Amino acid sequence: MPFKRYVEIGRVALVNYGKDYGRLVVIVDVIDQNRALVDAPDMVRTQMNFKRLSLTDITIDIKRVPKKKTLIAAMEAADVKNKWENSSWGRKLIVQKRRASLNDFDRFKIMLAKIKNLLGIRTCYTEVI
Amino acid sequence: MVTCKFHQYQVVGRALPSETEEHPKIYRMKLWSTNEVRAKSKFWYFLRKLKKVKKSNGQMLAINEACIILKLELIILSLIFEKNPTKIKNYGIWLRYQSRTGYHNMYKEFRDTTLNGAVEQMYTEMASRHRVRHHCIQIIKTATIPAKLCKRESTKQFHNSKIKFPLVFKVVRPPSRKLKTTYKASRPNLFM
Repeated sequence: MPFKRYVEIGRVALVNYGKDYGRLVVIVDVIDQNRALVDAPDMVRTQMNFKRLSLTDITIDIKRVPKKKTLIAAMEAADVKNKWENSSWGRKLIVQKRRASLNDFDRFKIMLAKIKNLLGIRTCYTEVI
Repeated sequence: MVTCKFHQYQVVGRALPSETEEHPKIYRMKLWSTNEVRAKSKFWYFLRKLKKVKKSNGQMLAINEACIILKLELIILSLIFEKNPTKIKNYGIWLRYQSRTGYHNMYKEFRDTTLNGAVEQMYTEMASRHRVRHHCIQIIKTATIPAKLCKRESTKQFHNSKIKFPLVFKVVRPPSRKLKTTYKASRPNLFM
């Protein structure tokens, strides 16, 4: 199977370990075999090990180590935020976050909704039989 | 930022003034060590080898640590600082080390954002490739090298503005050490 996601300048990645867990960052330059210089609109440019990054399908069009303004403009042009939130991976993460931030009342409401759903499925099932 | 074990110090010292020499020459040295005490000791070690002065007939004038400038306030506290910790540089390090059979000189190149990071890389690489412990290494010189003058293929291969390579294996690990378990329900998927 050939590789589809490459480490390249402009590749968007998700941080999957450490202090910046869950953040979308852009690979802005490669330091060496294990580390990349990584940047996002709301953080200082830092180096990060590839082991902490999960590459996504999204890339943006930037030159090596762009200025912050150029980076933000390129991210707007490539519409990274919308592409991410509409991708299946991005949607799953949003759902996970929503589920983790539920309060007891929300969980109660979900329980009622699930029961109602199940009732609907069960009546269809009995009709079929 | 990565916490570096090796700190860079600037140490300034001279011999004590005597009747023969009212104003002895002041010497300054840039060193790497884990702490200030060791830095001062190293300073006297090197100065003893170069000039006729020992710690007992010398005085330390100043010792300052070099650190990365992150905020404006820190500029007041430190004298030497890394000017641009977000720019990747190629560092060349000349060193003298003691192997099991004698002393050798070596020149190594590293790519890093800060000089302290490159020096730390050098110490770990010498330990791993040559089994040389850090007290057997003396740093002769460090310099930032422009890309054209780099000698080693392993640094030159990253001098590519259109660099592109796949990550071959996915590292499967829980997002924090607390979520680590000995047994997992299913085999991991290593494809990126």
